Amino acid sequence: MLTLEKRPNPSRAWAIVTPILAVILTMIAGGLMFAVLGKDPVEAIRTIFWDPLFNAQFASYSRPQLLVKAGPLVLIAVGLSFGFRASIWNIGAEGQYIMGAIAAMGVALAFYPTNYWFVFPLMVLAGAFGGWAWAMIPAFLKNRYGTNEILVSLMLVYVAENIESWMAFGPMRNPQGMGFPGSRNLQQYPAAHNSELIAGTGLHWGVVTAGLAVIIGYVLLKRHIFGFNIQVAGQAPRAARFAGVDPKRLFSLCMGLSGACAGLAGMFEVAGPAGQITDSFNVGYGFTAIIVAYLGRLHPIGILLAGLLMALTYIGGEIAQLSLNLPAAAIQAFQGMLLFFLLGVDVLSNYRIRIKRRAQA
Amino acid sequence: MKDTELLAVEGITKAYPGVVANSDVSFRIREGEVHSLLGENGAGKSTLVKMIYGLVKPDSGRMRLRGAAYEPKEPREARSSGVAMVFQHFSLFEALNVAENVALGMENPPAQRALAERIRTVSEDYGLPLDPNRLVGDLSAGERQRVEIIRCLLQDPKLLIMDEPTSVLTPQEVEILFKTLRQLSSEGTAILYISHKLEEIRDLCDGATILRRGKVVATCTPREKTARELAELMVGETLTPPARGEKVPGDVALDVVGLSVASPNPFGTSLQNVHMRVRKGEILGIAGVAGNGQDELLLALSGEIPTDRDAVKIAGRGVGDQGPNARRLAGLVAAPEERLGHAAAPDMSLTENALLSGAVRKGLVRHGMIDWASARSFAEGVVKDFDVRTPGVGTAARALSGGNLQKFVIGRELSQDPTVIVVNQPTWGVDAAAAASIRQALIDRAAAGAAVVVISQDLDELLEIADNFCALNGGRLSAPRPVQGLTVDEIGLMMGGAHGMEVAHAHA
Repeated sequence: MLTLEKRPNPSRAWAIVTPILAVILTMIAGGLMFAVLGKDPVEAIRTIFWDPLFNAQFASYSRPQLLVKAGPLVLIAVGLSFGFRASIWNIGAEGQYIMGAIAAMGVALAFYPTNYWFVFPLMVLAGAFGGWAWAMIPAFLKNRYGTNEILVSLMLVYVAENIESWMAFGPMRNPQGMGFPGSRNLQQYPAAHNSELIAGTGLHWGVVTAGLAVIIGYVLLKRHIFGFNIQVAGQAPRAARFAGVDPKRLFSLCMGLSGACAGLAGMFEVAGPAGQITDSFNVGYGFTAIIVAYLGRLHPIGILLAGLLMALTYIGGEIAQLSLNLPAAAIQAFQGMLLFFLLGVDVLSNYRIRIKRRAQA
Repeated sequence: MKDTELLAVEGITKAYPGVVANSDVSFRIREGEVHSLLGENGAGKSTLVKMIYGLVKPDSGRMRLRGAAYEPKEPREARSSGVAMVFQHFSLFEALNVAENVALGMENPPAQRALAERIRTVSEDYGLPLDPNRLVGDLSAGERQRVEIIRCLLQDPKLLIMDEPTSVLTPQEVEILFKTLRQLSSEGTAILYISHKLEEIRDLCDGATILRRGKVVATCTPREKTARELAELMVGETLTPPARGEKVPGDVALDVVGLSVASPNPFGTSLQNVHMRVRKGEILGIAGVAGNGQDELLLALSGEIPTDRDAVKIAGRGVGDQGPNARRLAGLVAAPEERLGHAAAPDMSLTENALLSGAVRKGLVRHGMIDWASARSFAEGVVKDFDVRTPGVGTAARALSGGNLQKFVIGRELSQDPTVIVVNQPTWGVDAAAAASIRQALIDRAAAGAAVVVISQDLDELLEIADNFCALNGGRLSAPRPVQGLTVDEIGLMMGGAHGMEVAHAHA
């Protein structure tokens, strides 16, 4: 009989091995699924994991996409990870991402077509503020009325999506856009454009910010009293109070921090790769970042790796859809498997498996 | 009747990974005997009774009940053989009434009304007043214990095991309990009584088996020994009571004026108009049965529950509206009762736990950045000064034994050079040697000029170290009295007597 036995201390070795094991198991199970769909499993796996980086035909397009997609994922996930460590569940990063983008677009359009140097920095501030403000709504409602932040932040995503459509069709619609919905394209407005810093790499200011977030996040977590308080609050709330942590203040801080990060991600996206606010501006980074945060074990370095891996499966999945005619659902199932196996093998870092003979009564 | 053997335990051994809880333990209980199992925390008393009650299976050894082999595999089997147990920690649901709670522990509970009638009868027969329709959440600790006892008595047991029953009772409630136990004994029910309170064992028990580190070290008749002799048998060494010097009380260090605080828990006790004044060098002992506002008082003093600014003053300055860290800066440190989860974060290392409350006064954080090297050396200092047994300061708090963690928690607070010290249950669940060193440390800090508030349910402890004494009862604090000259009766009345319950012995 197999029994699970809780380890006295979580195994450090297993904590590192389990993500790798999860990726391998995903490849095996995903390969089986692709085989059942009548595709060559080895080719499918290679298309997803290898081609985006090294295929002669696609790589020049898809390699920069890796950073473009990983940047917002990592930035949002690092912001979320702090709250998650303290059991503060901001599920609405997608909405904060949208509101950050709209706030930044508002600044850009207000200054259009001037070419002042401060337009872009001002947009950065506006983006962070937009996300922060949107996240403060669930924070305020929770602290004041005890509402559940999971529900409120999630529902505010749909409100933000509607504001996004309204902006695209209404106040922010490009007056020279021949009546098409969508704002002006900031790629054609140099003072506001978040352009590639090194051509052909996909590196833009948002990616730089994500890198900074990883470093700052690491320092906060390991060396700063804020990171310490967050960990105490997550593990032992009463001990956190004893240590002088004000739970409401911590809640607002964590919500605001994650909202600002999401808002920044939205700002860099709208000013760069997306260029404009349309009714389909948001593509789910805010939700995927939740997966990235957990895949990275809420640790900034882990989140960096997880964000890159997630971005890779997205790009590789698109290529596989195009070149192998794999259905989109199969790609999503494949990505789902990754999370499934990660959570599954996660048990091994906290428990050990014992084989026991049934005791003779 | 009295000479018939009821239960014989022969050569019982039980080992857990890393520790032998019981090693070749043997003893006998006669029918109707009140037998005591005596020993320090960790001596193996609990493991032994758990085996008798069928919760734990012995590795080797045998038990006989009325001459027949007795190997209970589960508590149900023990209960059907006539063995019942009242645990130290009650397993009652606060939101249900007494009869409903009793029914939950029965295999085939009768209808509520019939059960309520039986509870009433048994409670009157044995002098344990209890209303079956009252909500358990509204009962005092002593009354809750009666629920557990009556739950056992309804099974008509031959052997009743009681684990530290008096730790939650006032002296008057102890008297009521003892009358009941004596009555049970005279009717032929044997009682296995676990305690480390020596006077009550000498008062109550016919025989005693003394355990030390899992082995039987002596069997005796407690009445023929002095409490000191029993203690030395239990501890295995000569005990020195804490030394205290003469002292002159100084200025008022802690002044609490009209403190009223609503309890954060739905079944907690709110504080009502509490006044206290503690001078430098003074130890104020606060007694009280568990659940009379002790936790709330600690939270209000530590700053975890804010109040009016002038309700709590440290050295004349109002701090009532300030949080724990501001009060630490003002000189007040606190050690809550619950070690794991409140005073310390279980999964964090001792270094991290040293930082938890030591950050402010020890300057372990500068501009928000943690000085881990200083935190580590602070933790190492506490471990060394307070003889905390641990492989290192990187060990998680939950890996330490209760006594060692308590020494760490108390040591962490006392090492911060405080002017006001508030502790709740400083030696709860701590072995005698560690308890003595903690008490001595508190006395030493008072001698060095700190004002000390000790909240405790251990009267002996308070009488040993406190200068002045008061009691919490229903969230109200009695006026302080000097410890010298206090009688146990007076103390009991300060603690609320028998909580308004008359001794309703029908047969006594």
